[in-house]
Amino acid sequence: MKLSGAEILIESLKKEGVDTIFGYPGGVVLNIFDKLYDEKSINLILPRHEQGAVHMADGYSRATGKVGVALVTSGPGATNTVTGIATAYMDSIPMVVITGQVPTMLIGNDAFQEADIVGITRPCTKYNYLVKDVKDLAYTIKEAFHIARSGRPGPVLIDIPKDVSVHKADFKYPEAITIRSYNPNYTGNKWQIQKAAEALAKSKKPVIYAGGGVLLSDAASELKELAEFTQSPVAMTLMGLGGFPGNDPLALGMLGMHGTYHTNMAVHNSDLIIAIGARFDDRVTGRVDAFSPGAKIIHIDIDPTSIRKNIHVDIPIVGDVKTVLKSLNALLKAKFKEDWKELHKDWLKQIAAWNKEHPMAYNKGEAIKPQQVMETIYKLTKGDCIITTEVGQNQMWAAQFFKYHYPRTFLSSGGLGTMGYGFPAAIGAQAAYPNKLVFDIAGDGSIQMNIQELATAVLYKLPVKVVILNNAYLGMVRQWQELFFQERYSASFLDDCPDFVKVAEAYGAVGLRAVKPSEVEPVLKEAIKVKKPVMMDFKIDKFEKVYPMVPAGGAINEMLLGDPIVAEKPKQTARRKK
Amino acid sequence: MRHIISVLVENKFGVLSRVSGLFSGRGFNIESISVGPTLDPAVSQMTIVTSGDDRIIEQINKQLNKLIDVIKVTDFTDVEYICRETVLIKIHTKKEDRAEALRICDIFRARIVDSTPTTYTIEITGDDKKIDAIINLLRPLGIKELVRTGKIAMAREEQKTA
Repeated sequence: MKLSGAEILIESLKKEGVDTIFGYPGGVVLNIFDKLYDEKSINLILPRHEQGAVHMADGYSRATGKVGVALVTSGPGATNTVTGIATAYMDSIPMVVITGQVPTMLIGNDAFQEADIVGITRPCTKYNYLVKDVKDLAYTIKEAFHIARSGRPGPVLIDIPKDVSVHKADFKYPEAITIRSYNPNYTGNKWQIQKAAEALAKSKKPVIYAGGGVLLSDAASELKELAEFTQSPVAMTLMGLGGFPGNDPLALGMLGMHGTYHTNMAVHNSDLIIAIGARFDDRVTGRVDAFSPGAKIIHIDIDPTSIRKNIHVDIPIVGDVKTVLKSLNALLKAKFKEDWKELHKDWLKQIAAWNKEHPMAYNKGEAIKPQQVMETIYKLTKGDCIITTEVGQNQMWAAQFFKYHYPRTFLSSGGLGTMGYGFPAAIGAQAAYPNKLVFDIAGDGSIQMNIQELATAVLYKLPVKVVILNNAYLGMVRQWQELFFQERYSASFLDDCPDFVKVAEAYGAVGLRAVKPSEVEPVLKEAIKVKKPVMMDFKIDKFEKVYPMVPAGGAINEMLLGDPIVAEKPKQTARRKK
Repeated sequence: MRHIISVLVENKFGVLSRVSGLFSGRGFNIESISVGPTLDPAVSQMTIVTSGDDRIIEQINKQLNKLIDVIKVTDFTDVEYICRETVLIKIHTKKEDRAEALRICDIFRARIVDSTPTTYTIEITGDDKKIDAIINLLRPLGIKELVRTGKIAMAREEQKTA
């Protein structure tokens, strides 16, 4: 039977198990949206901006592990997706973005709403397509989903000209496909795995450095098995949070620029780093030549380019994290009869001592401290919720002062660092799990980058809880200006923030505000109770900073630790005025 | 260090852009790039001349391999290979220089492919050394225009000793 391109697209998406699409219509995709109108098995969510659509698809994907799908029109619709695509690309999130294109005969003529989106997104997609013939459409979609979710996942874009969505072709969805030039290696070299096991058995001071690959590969239980069997502590990157239970005795915190003191000290003084699905990002390593100077490095990653890109690796293992860890665990259990507990006892003791020396803490004061907000959310949820973040101080406090126990519960733009990511991502996660509690930890700056999505949350009854840590500044910019630019607060002061409570109410959501520390818990409790989208405005200490902090270009053991922590009586912290 | 890398790619539109975009996006250097179809019309061959330290060359090889359309990457550095480039050189020829130009062409087995009363256009094929040498000799006569194809390379068949 012959189907139109639009029908082929929708049938193909159904074959791929797509149940939710985040889509914004426009001229050249009207045929597709017309077919979606009758489609009962696909839930169509209309955002208020195409960037929102892509972040929602991204949040949906991170929360579920499925491929997120966004559908937009040509020209400005397509270019608005670029930030969202680049965000997903940097964090290896599987996604298929479908863009409409002007009719094939007009391509290249500077037609109305024409943009060369395939050219524009070439460097920020894993792969992309312009479909010129409806006969190629089904195969292209099959290939796109395959590429998006296999190997190192990533976003794939399919550009569909208007006439292709109208033309008809026989529809037969391919069962399987092979791409001769694309065959990711999943298993990992046996001898390298053997070498890794031997290195582990010799190590007195190992640190596992776990990244987002653990989550992407669904390998949290394998990681736990490795850590427990070998009694090795686990440091996590921002992307790795949730990959290992945050309250496990072997859990260190996050490492890197805003890593916890004992984690960075452990990494720096280690004799063996086992990097798992991580990529030695500059925010993790600090000064590369001073990174963990005495350590051998094992690096497990499915992407060969990640290995030795930033740092010399002694034992590279190219393969899927889950598959490799399974082999490694089996080998260790069968052949290595070390007394692991005894072997690493002193090391774990040393790390605990570091933690005692500088635990994660903050000084309480008259104003609300952002850390208190995060700790209260943890207290109320016990970690059983999804947290998304924007970017900046809010993101770091969310990473530092909350314990993530489960995979796919911390969604944050790690690589690209996209302000405006958290709120639409939270909506995407909530669309996937309508009954879960989803918080977006935001700043007063970043929430305003996609605040229009309040309309989406309200319209689709997605009860996302937005926590604005409102310090009336672009906080991280302000922090850098205070520390490194002589307190010259150039363009970082946001005194003219709107009244967020009124904004929420204007959109039909619930607005709440807390100005005193004692109001934090009641406001959060109220927000959790209400079955509607809630936007909370927490007026926090304007001058609170994120610590520890490794200044740019420093080694990760050279941390600024901030004001001394006052143990007993709460004390007003010193404030600077400008 | 300079490397010659041969890349087999799917002959699809946009492939050249993916490869060149990879180099520009990651700050790798391209000295020359030449592309043409192979015996299989679905496959093209690129020859890229690039330079960098070992770490950069390793990244270039890996990043090329990572591109979905790349079938095979061969770095010729560690193998015996033949490398050739063709250059068209248009030179000014005063009357008294024409004989000298012909002599130079003869020495290098270059051919004159176009001739006017005041110019010769010379075609020469060879490796770097040969091409540099002829250019140096022709320069005093006055080079008007010069076009290079970029290098192409092929591994030598292993010599089997009896």
